[in-house]
Amino acid sequence: MYNYPDSTGHFGPYGGIYVAETLMSALDELKQAYEKYRHDPEFIAELNYDLKHYVGRPSPIYHAKRWSQQLGGAQIFLKREDLNHTGAHKVNNTVGQALLARRMGKPRVIAETGAGQHGVATATVAARYGMECVVYMGSEDVQRQAQNVYRMKLLGATVVPVESGSKTLKDALNEAMRDWVTNIENTFYIIGTVAGPHPYPMMVRDFNAIVSKECVVQMPELAGRQPDAVIACVGGGSNAMGVFYSYIDMPGVKLIGVEAGGRGIGSGQHAAPLTTNSAVGVLHGNRTYLMQDENGQIIETHSISAGLDYPGVGPEHSWLKDSGRAEYVAINDDEALRAFHDLCHLEGIIPALESSHALAHAAKIAPGMGKDKVLLVNLSGRGDKDMATVARASGITF
Amino acid sequence: MSRIQTIFDKLKQHRRKALIPFFTAGDPVPSLTVPLLHALVEAGADIIELGVPFSDPMADGLTIQRASERALKHGVSLHDVLDMVASFRTKNVSTPIVLMGYGNPIEAMGWERFAKRCAEVGVDGVLTVDFPPEESHEAFAHLEKHGIDPIFLLAPTSTDARVERVAKQAHGYVYYVSLKGVTGAGHLDLSEIERKMPQLKKHITLPIGVGFGIRDEATALAVAKLCDGVVVGSRIVQEIENSTEQNVVANVSKLVKELRQAVDQA
Repeated sequence: MYNYPDSTGHFGPYGGIYVAETLMSALDELKQAYEKYRHDPEFIAELNYDLKHYVGRPSPIYHAKRWSQQLGGAQIFLKREDLNHTGAHKVNNTVGQALLARRMGKPRVIAETGAGQHGVATATVAARYGMECVVYMGSEDVQRQAQNVYRMKLLGATVVPVESGSKTLKDALNEAMRDWVTNIENTFYIIGTVAGPHPYPMMVRDFNAIVSKECVVQMPELAGRQPDAVIACVGGGSNAMGVFYSYIDMPGVKLIGVEAGGRGIGSGQHAAPLTTNSAVGVLHGNRTYLMQDENGQIIETHSISAGLDYPGVGPEHSWLKDSGRAEYVAINDDEALRAFHDLCHLEGIIPALESSHALAHAAKIAPGMGKDKVLLVNLSGRGDKDMATVARASGITF
Repeated sequence: MSRIQTIFDKLKQHRRKALIPFFTAGDPVPSLTVPLLHALVEAGADIIELGVPFSDPMADGLTIQRASERALKHGVSLHDVLDMVASFRTKNVSTPIVLMGYGNPIEAMGWERFAKRCAEVGVDGVLTVDFPPEESHEAFAHLEKHGIDPIFLLAPTSTDARVERVAKQAHGYVYYVSLKGVTGAGHLDLSEIERKMPQLKKHITLPIGVGFGIRDEATALAVAKLCDGVVVGSRIVQEIENSTEQNVVANVSKLVKELRQAVDQA
């Protein structure tokens, strides 16, 4: 039986609590609160109620027949997390953490965001539960995702553009940590991915695990059996952990994480620490594979999708890689775009650019598989937010 | 006896408090780091905390982040910082140097190699902000093997159990972070330090230095009265930022002399 992390927050050698002393008591408080409420029937009932009536769960699984037929191999099934309220899997976690914040008596929530999906999901639940909300976002991402910024503002959140460092997700995370350490009494930090200090990687995974719990029931109903492989994109890795989790103990189901290959692995401009076997290091509170130079400085990453543009990866993915349970590959910007357009044309679904990486890998391996084989792709988000990016890549200006 | 212990013993004899300035190695330019170290000693520094630049200094405010960015622009690596200490030691064998920074550059070098090199060049202590006692046991064993003091942080939010744990693992001195926040923040709460000090002293026999939020002579004096050493970081880094390469050594000297006079009134 898979049983990670251990009581100190480690997944084998990965994870842990690498933060300054100033944050230790807050993490202790969070750990205790989470331990208390994760098994509390009232908390679970409240969470399930909102997941059903507010988020719209369970999300369906859809058999992409035309696309599968065109690829000529394995049947591709899509877990439709894009149909959730706010348009991505991120809300599964923010509902959970916001309810926890409420139980802990914290009236203010903060978040970091890359593509803006986690920021929107946080601003949404903050409005829903009447909490003050501040979202940190790299100024580069603020430009790339102007619509999501406006969305957060509509929901009553304050969006703070972060000008330091590479002005992307990692810098937003640094800034959110700084806010948290300064306002620790009244503030709950809603981390959006399976990274950060313990208990975050475990907690964010647990709240997203609803995705695979549903798949385990839905796949036999729809496809007559469990999939041969589950495929998901990996930036920090929250949607992947969500869709992998219930399948970890089913050895017949292959788990494939798809990282951002950017302009190509050879170009160095990517965000694929696992695929490229980057050195292991410590960043943002945990030990994990990290994109860094020979002196241990974190290097700038590139991906066409802001949500995958992160130099680290959740520690549990590092462990799943080392233990051999999951396999990690990279998909380049142009391959992701091709899958994006194919899904638009053939299935009438506009996927997020992040999820398009997972789709592209499915498209890559499906033709080599028999027609009786089954691939399950986590369609983690919808692509409305990516209109400007895709148009620009196609040379179109509005 | 280690340099850190020697200096605190000497200060105690004279009923003086330690002045511990911080700046980032390589800021504003690598060639000025060793001259700045000597100038700090002349101006009255007892111990110097030398920052190792890191790309993602999460526990620091923007002032020190910018210092890291300036140093990194010049390509300053952990190897370079160690070489700077070696160069400083050719003329100074008594002032303790504590390297302060984040764990990842050390991880990249390897702890054993780093600790050995620290001992060779004359580094006395190492403070890795993001390695709390829970995660540092293995790493710090390498430091202790080579006689380097691991310096630990404590905070207003540290529980009694944590203070006790740090008391067992710490060497050299303990760095008490005087406020909830990052370096360079403004709101120093003296009554909080006064309230916390007896709890710390109950478990900790090592000297206690206090930092975060000390910006001028008045705050330096007030804090010096409450503890064994005063750490001043962002204020010095700000002085470096506002100076030119020509006058930075003189400006920093002047500032540290003023702080010295204030601390000596305690």
